Amino acid sequence: MLNIKNLHVKLEEEDKQILKGVNLSLEPGKVHAIMGPNGSGKSTLSYVLSGKDGYEVTDGSAQQEGVDILDMEAEERAAAGLFLAFQYPVEIPGVGNMTFLRTAVNAQRKLRGEEEMSAGEFLKVVRAKAKDLKIDADMLKRPVNVGFSGGEKKRNEILQMAMLEPKMCILDETDSGLDVDAMKLVAQGVNALRDGKRTFLVITHYQRLLDHIKPDVVHIMANGRIIKTGGPELALEVENNGYADLLEEIA
Amino acid sequence: MAMDDVQVKDGVDAETVEAVKALSGTYKYGWNTEIEMEYAPKGLSEDIVRLISSKNDEPEWMLDWRLAAYRRWLELKEPDWAMVDYPTIDFQDQYYYARPKSMEEKPKSLDDVDPKLLETYKKLGIPLKEQALLAGVEAPEGERRVAVDAVFDSVSVGTTFQAELRKAGVIFCSISEAIREHPELVRQYLGSVVPVSDNYYATLNSAVFSDGSFVYIPPGVRCPMELSTYFRINAENTGQFERTLIIADKESYVSYLEGCTAPQRDVAQLHAAVVELVLLDDAEIKYSTVQNWFPGDENGKGGIYNFVTKRADCRGHRSKVMWTQVETGSAVTWKYPSCVLRGDDSQGEFYSIAIANNMQQADTGTKMVHLGKNTKSRIVSKGISAGRAQNTYRGLVSMHPKAKNSRNYTQCDSLLIGDKCGAHTVPYIEVKNNSSRVEHEATTSKVDDDQLFYCRSRGMDEEEAVALVVNGFCKEVLQALPMEFAMEAQALVAISLEGSVG
Repeated sequence: MLNIKNLHVKLEEEDKQILKGVNLSLEPGKVHAIMGPNGSGKSTLSYVLSGKDGYEVTDGSAQQEGVDILDMEAEERAAAGLFLAFQYPVEIPGVGNMTFLRTAVNAQRKLRGEEEMSAGEFLKVVRAKAKDLKIDADMLKRPVNVGFSGGEKKRNEILQMAMLEPKMCILDETDSGLDVDAMKLVAQGVNALRDGKRTFLVITHYQRLLDHIKPDVVHIMANGRIIKTGGPELALEVENNGYADLLEEIA
Repeated sequence: MAMDDVQVKDGVDAETVEAVKALSGTYKYGWNTEIEMEYAPKGLSEDIVRLISSKNDEPEWMLDWRLAAYRRWLELKEPDWAMVDYPTIDFQDQYYYARPKSMEEKPKSLDDVDPKLLETYKKLGIPLKEQALLAGVEAPEGERRVAVDAVFDSVSVGTTFQAELRKAGVIFCSISEAIREHPELVRQYLGSVVPVSDNYYATLNSAVFSDGSFVYIPPGVRCPMELSTYFRINAENTGQFERTLIIADKESYVSYLEGCTAPQRDVAQLHAAVVELVLLDDAEIKYSTVQNWFPGDENGKGGIYNFVTKRADCRGHRSKVMWTQVETGSAVTWKYPSCVLRGDDSQGEFYSIAIANNMQQADTGTKMVHLGKNTKSRIVSKGISAGRAQNTYRGLVSMHPKAKNSRNYTQCDSLLIGDKCGAHTVPYIEVKNNSSRVEHEATTSKVDDDQLFYCRSRGMDEEEAVALVVNGFCKEVLQALPMEFAMEAQALVAISLEGSVG
C-alpha cells in the first residue's frame, strides 16, 4: 500500500535536514505505529506524505499502491485515498462542518471521475457516522473546529475519515490532549474503520493508545530515521524503559 | 435538537463551486454586442443636456431641473478625499447619450425590440420573456418570479410583468417613462433624498441622467414579486448615469435587485448613478446589488469607475430599509449606500461584501444618520483584498441630539489574501445624546495557509479551498441576499479571487 524508500527531506527555507533516509513499507490492511522522541521527524513525515508546503525532498521516494505521490498535489493525494488526521486541526470560521464534509466528499469524487453524492444520501450517511462518534447535530452545524474542545476536534477528524473512506490513513498524534474517555471514543472510531483492507499509520507518543488501537507493527523513529521495528511488545518496552537504550543501540 | 434541523446549504454548496469552475475564471461578460448605436456628440454642454431631455420627450420642468444642475456642476470641483487613485477624468471626452438605433421608435412590445438586443440579454441570462430566472441562475425551488427592467446603455429596453404589477397598483417602469406618465410623483420626490447639490457626481448625474428605474408601491401593498434592473454599459466611452427612484408608501414592501455588468475595454468608463429611496410609515424596502462591472485587467488598465450616491430616507415611523451589496468588479469603487433614520423606530441595515483584487481600489461603506427616537442601525461589512488592491471601509454613524435611545451595531471585517494588498478602516462615530448606544467591532485577518492546506488535504483544489474559506468569511452577508443573488454572489466571489493565492 505505502512504500517509502530512503526518504530524505529538508526544510525549504532553511538548510535543515529533517528526514535522513526513512524506509517504511506498509501492507494493505495493516496497522503500523510510529513512536519516537520529540524532534525525531514523525510529524514531518506525515506532512511530507500529505503534501504540505515548506518541505523539499532531496532523495528517495514514496509510493502509494505503486504510484509516486510526492509529485502529486495535496488534493490529488487525497483523491487517491490518502488521509491525514491532524495533530492540531485548524479552525475555519463561517464554514459549517456539514458543508465542509460535503464539499470534501464531492471534490474527491469529482477528481476520481465519480458521481457526486446526493444531498439526501449524504445526510443519511453523515448522521449515521456522526452518531457512532457521539457527534451531535449541533456540532455538525457549527463552523469547522471553531470552539471545539480537543476531544471534539479529534472526533471530527475521525468523522471526516469515516466520510471520505480513505485507503491509507495517517493519524498524527491523534491522542494528544485527550482524556481517557475521549481517547477511547477516538480509538473506537478508528477501529470501526479497520476492515482488513484499509491501512493505518498511527503516530503516537504514548503506549496507551496502542492498547486500544492494537498495531501489527511498531517502529521507533529517531533523528529522521526509523531505528527499530518490531511487534506490539516494542511499544511496551519503550514505555517502560524510554528511548535512551534504543538510541544507544544504534549509536 | 433533531437531526432534521440540519441544513446542507450552509456556505458554499458543491454545485456552486462546480458552476464556478465551469466559468473558466476570466470575466465572463467581457464580450460586446455589435449593434448600431446612435450617439450624441462627445462632450458635455448645455446643448447636450437639452438633447438628452428632448430625446426622452421630457416636460419643461424636467429640462429646467437638469439645466440648473448642469450650471451648478460647472462651478464645482471634483472631490479627492477618498483613498483612491485614478487618472484624471476628461469629462469632455465622453458620450453622455447612447442609444441602440432600433430604439429610436420606442417599441410597443418586446416583440418589437431588436432581436440582437434580446440576444444580449439572453447571453447575460436575463429573462426578457416572462420567466423566473435572473442572470442565468436557476431558482432552486420552483418558480420565483422576478420582474425585470433591462437597461441597455442609456435606454430601458423593456419591462416585464407590467400588467400584473399594474393590477396590484405597483408602478415599475423606466424613469423616463415615469417623468412622462407620473410627473406628480416624480416632481414630489426626485432630488428630495439626494439633493442636486449633494456632491459633484450627484450634480453631474442630475444634469445628464439618461435612464433608470422608477418604483412606486401604494399603501398597504406588498409587491407581489421581486423587482430587478440589469444595467449594461456596452458603448465605448459612454458614461452611465442612471437615476433610480423608489417610493414605498405606508405599510408597503418591496424587494429590489440591481445587477450590473460591462464588457472589457481598454479605456475606463464612468458610472455615476444616483439611487433615492423614500419610505413612509411602516414601509419596508430591501435593495440588493450584485455588481460585477469590469474591474480592469491585472495591470489596472480599463475598468469601470463606479462613483455612486445611494441614500434611503426613512421618513415614516417604523420604516425599515436594508441595503445588501456584493461589489466585485469596477476598477474604482466609491459609494456609501446610506440611511437617514428620520422616523421614530425606523431601522437601517447595511450588509456588504467588497472585493478588490489585482489593481482594484475600493473606498466604500455607509452612513447611518439617526434623527428619530429609538432608531436602530446595523452594519456588517466584509472587505476582501487580494493582489495589489486597496480596500477601504469608510463609515459614519451619527446620533443626533433628538435621537434618543438609538442604537448602532457595526462590524467591519477585513480579509487579506497575499501580502501586497491593503485594507483600511475609517470609521466616524458622532454621538450627540447620552442615551444612544454604539458598538463597533473590527477584525483584520489573513487567509491562513494552514486553512488552505487543511481543505486541500481533504480533496479540494486551491480555488475551491479559497472559495470555501472566503465564503465562510462572507457568510453573514451572503445570507442576507435574496436566494437568486446569493448563488450568483458566491460564484462571483470565487471568480474575483482567481489567481489571488500563490
